[in-house]
Amino acid sequence: MSDTQPILEVENLCTTFTRGGVALPAVRDVSFNVGKGEVLGLVGESGSGKSVTLRSILGLSRRYGDVTGSVKWMGQDIAQMPERKLRHIRGRDIAMIFQEPMTSLNPLLTVGLQLTETLKAHTDMGRAARRDRAIEMLDHVGIPAAASRLNEYPHQFSGGMRQRVMIAIALAASPKLLLADEPTTALDVTIQAQILDLILSLADELEMGVILVTHDLGVVAQTCKKAAVMYAGRIVEQGDVRQVLRAPRHPYTVGLMRSVPQDVPPRSQLYTVPGTPPSLEALPQGCAFAPRCQGRTEGCLVARPPLATIAQGRSVACFNPVTDAQGAAA
Amino acid sequence: MAIIQYTLKRLLLMIPTFFLVMIIIFLLVRFLPGDPAIAIAGDRASDADLAAIRERLGLNQPLLVQFWLFVTNTLQGDLGRSILMRAPVTDIIYDRLPTTIFLTVYAVSLSLLIAGPLAFVAALNRNKWPDAVIRTVFQVGLSMPVFYIGLILLTFLAAQLRWFPVGGYGDTFIERLHHLFLPAVTVALYTSAIIMRNLRSAIIEVLDAEYVQFARAKGLPDRLVLGRHVLRNALISTVTLLGLSIGNLMSGTLVTETVFAVPGVGRLMLEAIFARDYPLIQGLTLTFAVLVSVVFLLTDLFQSTLDPRMRLT
Amino acid sequence: MTDITALSAEATIPQKTRIELALRKPGFLVGALIIGVSAMLALMPGVFAPYDPNLIDYVAVKQPPSWAHPFGTDMLGRDSLSRVIFAYTVNMQMAILATVFAMTIGVIVGALVGYYRGVADMVFGRVVDAVITFPFLVLVISVVAVLGPGLINMYIAITLVGWVYYARLMRAEVIAQMGNDYAGAGIVMGYSDRRIIFRHLLPNAITPVIVYWMTDMALAILLGSSLGYLGLGAQPPQAEWGVLIAEGRNFITTAWWLSLMPGIAIVLTGLGFSLLGDGLADLLRPRG
Repeated sequence: MSDTQPILEVENLCTTFTRGGVALPAVRDVSFNVGKGEVLGLVGESGSGKSVTLRSILGLSRRYGDVTGSVKWMGQDIAQMPERKLRHIRGRDIAMIFQEPMTSLNPLLTVGLQLTETLKAHTDMGRAARRDRAIEMLDHVGIPAAASRLNEYPHQFSGGMRQRVMIAIALAASPKLLLADEPTTALDVTIQAQILDLILSLADELEMGVILVTHDLGVVAQTCKKAAVMYAGRIVEQGDVRQVLRAPRHPYTVGLMRSVPQDVPPRSQLYTVPGTPPSLEALPQGCAFAPRCQGRTEGCLVARPPLATIAQGRSVACFNPVTDAQGAAA
Repeated sequence: MAIIQYTLKRLLLMIPTFFLVMIIIFLLVRFLPGDPAIAIAGDRASDADLAAIRERLGLNQPLLVQFWLFVTNTLQGDLGRSILMRAPVTDIIYDRLPTTIFLTVYAVSLSLLIAGPLAFVAALNRNKWPDAVIRTVFQVGLSMPVFYIGLILLTFLAAQLRWFPVGGYGDTFIERLHHLFLPAVTVALYTSAIIMRNLRSAIIEVLDAEYVQFARAKGLPDRLVLGRHVLRNALISTVTLLGLSIGNLMSGTLVTETVFAVPGVGRLMLEAIFARDYPLIQGLTLTFAVLVSVVFLLTDLFQSTLDPRMRLT
Repeated sequence: MTDITALSAEATIPQKTRIELALRKPGFLVGALIIGVSAMLALMPGVFAPYDPNLIDYVAVKQPPSWAHPFGTDMLGRDSLSRVIFAYTVNMQMAILATVFAMTIGVIVGALVGYYRGVADMVFGRVVDAVITFPFLVLVISVVAVLGPGLINMYIAITLVGWVYYARLMRAEVIAQMGNDYAGAGIVMGYSDRRIIFRHLLPNAITPVIVYWMTDMALAILLGSSLGYLGLGAQPPQAEWGVLIAEGRNFITTAWWLSLMPGIAIVLTGLGFSLLGDGLADLLRPRG
C-alpha cells in the first residue's frame, strides 16, 4: 500500500466481450490502487487481460463489450460516466500510450496536428501557444530538430521516434496518470531501454503515476514499485515488487520468473511454463492455471481460489501457495 | 511539382495499355459481319462505287496498314464518318458526350449523398437493427437490374404522377437537374449500394484501428474522432472503389440512357450496334476507354493528395 | 486489429462450429432456400407452371392478375406466371453458363502466370489493364454485335471478357500462396510444376475465387436479363425475364404486371445468390 491517498482505485472490474453468441470474460474482478507518482507493473502473457484492463479504465472497451465494477479517479467513479464527460478526463488527467507505434498514429495527419489537437481539446491555448508547446514536447522526448518535424507525417519517423511522438502526445496536457500498454514491445532492444528511461524520468519529473503493462519481468523489477500478475483475466498475485519477485507465492509467477534467462550456463535449455493459457470461451471450472500447475490438487480443479491477502499489501490467489523454500529451489 | 511528375509518369504508363486498347477495338470492328462499303453506299450501289468507297476507307489495304491508318487518324482526332448519322464521328461524340458526363457526375454525387450518411449510421450501430435494415434494403437494391429500376421510376414518378418529364434533356442547368433526376437516381441506387457496402466496412475497420482508439484516449470530442480521424481514412478506400467501379457505372449509364431516352453516348452506342455503324462503334468504344482511364488517373491523383504515404512513390 | 478484437476466439473456432454459426445466420438459410426453390423451378418448370407458356389465347388478352392467372396474361393471352416459371430454366442456366467457362479459363491462366511470372505475366498485366479500361457492358455488347444477338453468343461474349477478372484474382492469390512455406517445400522436394500448381497451390488459392463466383452468378443474371431487355440476349418468343420485361414495357401503364412480375423473379434470384455467397464467404474464410 502506498502511504498517500491513491489517485486511482479499481474495484471488481469485469469486462466481457461477446463473439458469435459466446461470452468471453476478458477481465474478471480486477482490483488495485495507484498512488500519486507511483509506478505499478501489470504482468502476464498475451491474452491475459492486461491491455483490456487498461482500456476498460479509460472507457475504451465499452463499445466492444460489457464493463462492470468501479473505477474511481480522485474519488469519482468514471466506469459508468457518460462519454461526453469522460472525454475531459481522457488525455488531460489519464493518458494512454499504445503498444504499436506503427499503427497508433493516424497516417494521414501530420505529427504536429495530432499533437496540437490534444492541447486544443483540453486547454484554451491559442494556436501559436499550442505550436510552441508541441515543439517543446517533441524536444522534451528527445526528437531532434523538433520545430521542423511538426509538418511531417508518421511514416517519415522511425519506430522508436514514433513511440517518442506518442509519448509527447500523451503527456502534452500534463496528465497525472499514464497508462502504458507494452510501450517497448514493438521496438528494437537497443531502443527499448531508452524509451523506458524516458517514460520513467518524465513520470518522476511530472510526479505522474504510471501503470506499465508488460510481459517482461525484468522491466518490472527495474522500474516498478508494485506489481500485479494477471492470468486468464484475473490478478493471481500482487504486492510490492521486491516481495513478489523475491518470494513469489503463486506457481504461475514462479513459472514466469523461471522463464527469464538469468545466469544460465550457455547451451542449456530455456525454461517455459508447460502448456498454454486456456481459451476464454472455455475456462476451467476451478483455478484457471490448474491444468498447467505442477502443485495442483483435486480441490484446484473444482473450486477457484479467491485472491486472499497474505500480508500487508500482498495477496495471492492459490490454495497451495509456493513456500520460500520451493521458490528458491525453482 | 511532384504531382506533375507523377501524372506524367502515369500518362507514359498508359501508352502501352492504349496501344492494346486500340488493337482490341480495331480487331472487334474488323470482325463485324457485313461489308462496310455496302452499308455506306446501299445495296444498289455499283461495283465501281463500292470500290471507290473501299479505296477511300483504305479497306483494300493489308490489315497492318489499316491499323496504322486507324492509329494515325485517331491521334489526329479523325474517327471517320458515321454511316447512321452521316456526320463525322468526332462531332457526334463531342455533341453527345457532355450529357453522359453530366449524368454520371450527377449520379455519383447522389450516390455519395445517399450512401455516405447511411454507411455511418450502419457502422456506428453495427449488428443492431438500424444496421440490419439499411443493409437489407441495399442488398435488395444490389439485386435489381438497372433497367428494371429505371422502368419502375419512369412508370410511376414520370408517367403516372407526372413529377418528372418523361424524356428530353433541358437547356439550363436547373432544367437539366430536373430532367435527369430520375436517370441519375436509377444509376445512383445501384452505385450507392456498392459504396454503402464498402464504406460501412471501411468505417468499421477504421473505428477499430489503433489510431482511432488513441484519438479517443486523447480525449478528443466525438465530432473530431469521427470527422477527422475516421471519415478521412474510410474515404480513401471508398474513392478508390468508386474509381475502380467507373466501368460498372458507365455500363449502368448506358442502360439508363436507353430506358429514359437520354441523348448521351450510351444510347448512341446501342443505336450504333443495331445499325452496325462500325466507325461510330469504333469511336464510341474508344471514348469509353478514354473516359475510364481519365477517371482511373483522377482517382490515383486524389488518393495521393489525401494519403501522404503515396506521395513519394 | 486491436488487442480487443484479437481476443476474439474466432481463429480457434473449429470447422464444425463455424458451419453451425453460418447456419444460424438467417441470411444464409434464406439464400439457400431461394436458390433451392429456383433450381427446382428451373429443372422442372412443367411441374409447377399452371399453363403452357406459349399457349396463345386471343380471348384472354392482357388480363389483370386473377385466381385463374395469378400474374395475369400478356398481349397474346399467354399466362404470365407460366412464362416467368419457364424463364427460370434460361435465367438459372445463365448464372452457370455465363460464369463457369470464364472461371475455368481464368483459374488456369491465373494460376499459370502467377506461378511462372516472367514475360507471360507481363503480357497478362497489359491485357488486364486494357480490358478493365472498357466498361464491362460496352465490351460485351461489342462482342455480341460481332457475333450477332442470341443466348449462345451472349455466353461467348461474357466468357471472352469475364475470364480476365477471375484470372486476376487467381494470380494474386497464387502469388500470395507462393509466399507460404509449403509451396517452397514442394519445390525443394522436387515435385513437378504441375503437381505443385494443381495439387498444392490451386486448392488453397481457390477460396476467394469461389466466393467471387457466387456474386458473379448474381451479376450474370442481371447482365443476361439486361441484354435480353436490350434485345441482344435471348430472343422472343423465348421466355426470359429481361425479354418479358421488354415485352411488357409498351403496355406498362395498362398492364403493369407484365413487367413487374419477371423483375421480382430477377431480384429474388439475385438476392438468393448474394446471400448464399456471403454465407459461403463466412464459411470458407480462414478467419472471421
